Amino acid sequence: MPLTPVIRFGDARCELREGESVLDGLLRQGVPVAHACRAGSCGSCMLRAVEGEIPAAAQAGLKDSWKAGGYFLACICRPEGPLTVAEAGSDARVAATISSLGKLAADVLRVGLTCTAQFPYRAGQYLTLIRDSGLARSYSIASLPEEAELELHVRLIPGGRMSGWLAHEARLGDKVVLQGPSGECFYVSGREDQPVVLIGTGTGLAPLRGIVRDALRAGHRGPLRLFHGARTVDGLYLREELAALAAAHANFTYVPTVLDGDGAAGVDVGPIDRIVAGQLPGLGGWRGFVCGDPALVQNLKRKLFLSGMALNDICADAFLPAAL
Amino acid sequence: MPNCNLPTLYDQLGGAAAVEAAVDNFYRRVLNDDRVAGYFDGVDMDRQRVKQKAFLTMAFGGPHNYTGKDMRNGHAHLVSRGLNDSHVDAIIELLGATLRDMGVAENLIQQVAAIAESTRNDVLCR
Repeated sequence: MPLTPVIRFGDARCELREGESVLDGLLRQGVPVAHACRAGSCGSCMLRAVEGEIPAAAQAGLKDSWKAGGYFLACICRPEGPLTVAEAGSDARVAATISSLGKLAADVLRVGLTCTAQFPYRAGQYLTLIRDSGLARSYSIASLPEEAELELHVRLIPGGRMSGWLAHEARLGDKVVLQGPSGECFYVSGREDQPVVLIGTGTGLAPLRGIVRDALRAGHRGPLRLFHGARTVDGLYLREELAALAAAHANFTYVPTVLDGDGAAGVDVGPIDRIVAGQLPGLGGWRGFVCGDPALVQNLKRKLFLSGMALNDICADAFLPAAL
Repeated sequence: MPNCNLPTLYDQLGGAAAVEAAVDNFYRRVLNDDRVAGYFDGVDMDRQRVKQKAFLTMAFGGPHNYTGKDMRNGHAHLVSRGLNDSHVDAIIELLGATLRDMGVAENLIQQVAAIAESTRNDVLCR
């Protein structure tokens, strides 16, 4: 008879009995785990595996990015070996130095960081940047993990303490701490022919830049349509880089859009959700990534879903405004 | 679980796979229906999808831990915003339309509707 798998959850340790699920084992040990149907349907008991092998059956029906992140349903998980599990969102902290600083647009900074230790992340996730003073703000990552420098796009907010510091006081070599990564907005391979739409406003472009390049590198063959929205053309940054990327990859299309403008060559004018709907009327079978202003993200997520996109195929990341 | 060899309603519908197949279809109908869509404004769609799956699992006769108290707690804030019988009627109608779209036999749809119907007084906090 095989050894009974051992499950660890925080300080708790539980030896599963024969045929017992991770949920039942943990509950038997008095570990409080939210649950309802106990049949792999409702999703209430979702946990994340930190270490160990999860049986594929325990991830049935989950979003691809959740599967890739090690999420599983405890009530239908009967592992063959030991498993260390956790609730979502336990992250590491790593020291880093500012290795480059520049401007991408009048109100967008590019911040390059070099980590002093491994900081594993997926292109499109976000991290929390922490200063000596303890001041902390979240930013999406625009780089790919294998690139030497970790790149953030930071919107300059009038009176913003972190963005103001980065714009006016920070110097190359200054030390910061990175916490994370977090977020489920990233490319998962396996459906290389699926059409993908990516929509972002402002610095919502940062994660999308990472996701598009990650998908291309992974050999994605289906169409990749990137819509970037700004109030005016001054807010459209990285235009040359994205146009060059589009020229180099036949399946990648870059659509810059502005809310106010006179329709200068190559820029669509209007609300970005209407521009997307006009160009992509039916989205059944598509995958979508939406990043930026919370109200816009919520609106677009609903519209993509109502246009036929499966909810599990929509990855959205709302940039919640912090205090200044 | 009834102690007999007949397949349960949940089994006949296709179990968890049927819930998964139905949930987006059902939720999309709800959001497209002006009678009820307003009650879903501003909710987290991924979390709502999880709740919809729990509801469908129950309505399909599947395993669940729903209690009348859960139903009351979950809907009390909506009742105070005017949730009434017409909205429950609409949801049961949309549930039927979803199942018809999936090719489910009419007698099974009636059974699902009856289970959903049984929650009416709890949902409306009566």
